[in-house]
Amino acid sequence: MHYIEPHAHMVSRTTADYQQLAMAGCAALCEPAFWAGYDRASAQGFYDYYRQLTEYEPARAAKFGIPHYCWLCINPKESEDAGFAREVLEIIPEFIDKPNVLGIGEIGLNKNTKNELAIFEEHVDMAKKYDLPILIHTPHLEDKLKGTKLIIDALKNAQVDPGSVVIDHVEEHTAGIVLDAGFWAGMTLYPESKCTAARAIDMLENFGMENIWMNSACDWGISDPLAVIKCALEMRKRQHTFKAVQKVIFDNPARFLKQCKNFKMPETP
Amino acid sequence: MPTKTDILDLYFMDSRAKLLDIASYLDRLDRHEGEIDFRHEGFLNALQTMLETKENRTAAVLNTLSDHSETPIERATIQVAYGAPGASK
Ligand SMILES: [Zn+2]
Repeated sequence: MHYIEPHAHMVSRTTADYQQLAMAGCAALCEPAFWAGYDRASAQGFYDYYRQLTEYEPARAAKFGIPHYCWLCINPKESEDAGFAREVLEIIPEFIDKPNVLGIGEIGLNKNTKNELAIFEEHVDMAKKYDLPILIHTPHLEDKLKGTKLIIDALKNAQVDPGSVVIDHVEEHTAGIVLDAGFWAGMTLYPESKCTAARAIDMLENFGMENIWMNSACDWGISDPLAVIKCALEMRKRQHTFKAVQKVIFDNPARFLKQCKNFKMPETP
Repeated sequence: MPTKTDILDLYFMDSRAKLLDIASYLDRLDRHEGEIDFRHEGFLNALQTMLETKENRTAAVLNTLSDHSETPIERATIQVAYGAPGASK
């Protein structure tokens, strides 16, 4: 089987992980800009990070035949200092025309604060200005429900086309809210803090398999770069057809990503 | 679609093991010195919710473990989340 990994933080992973992904059938990979596990000391730190996302990682992935794409932003965890965040936001336009950039992301909220929300809205304005799709990070654990609602309200106020926005890390209490409002939903297969393969498949069975995708969100934490293909195997154990599996792990992400000017349909067997 | 037996075959042993882990965790917490905090209260509420709810149990448990306030907070004093509401209490 071949699949698209729509959310992986490869800057934190080894080259051996790229090898594993290629062997598992990963046909394309998308890397949203996020927190690196520590707060950067200066806006210049983000300049280097964006170079890594637009130059170094695509080259590293290409050695294994995997097209690498990225999303750009300053993540909500580092947006509490709004002045700092705005300095970083000013850098982004310089990178927007790089050939592997998909859009603005993963923006969102972390602790659901006023400053996080203000910076979120400024990112949304930037996406509208440059006509780019948006990838959204919803907060963790107890903050997810409130954050998801605040994010959806802000997107509605900004009159963003919900079809060009994917709201990631949905769980059972937020998937319906996201999909009913017309947005795409991402399910993250991340141990402990997000959802298991079994639960992701429950959500597919309960909420349908239309505007939804699955990702590993593998990063510097305890996470699994092969989570998507392992969930595909679990879908087969649950008697889903190859066609249904292919829809969720390849066709759906491809259908969303086709909205991004730089995305090219990956070569598949 | 799989039958109930298929689901039991796939998930009973795994769920049984997770259930035993929860039972052991509760005993372990009792056995050790010190104070519990808001997380334990949230956990027990979530367990109760799971047993009392008859459908969409996962969403019900997640809702029990969620912050239900509706307006953005003034500023972040922490970056992390704990998995149960009430950290600031
Ligand atoms: Zn992420």
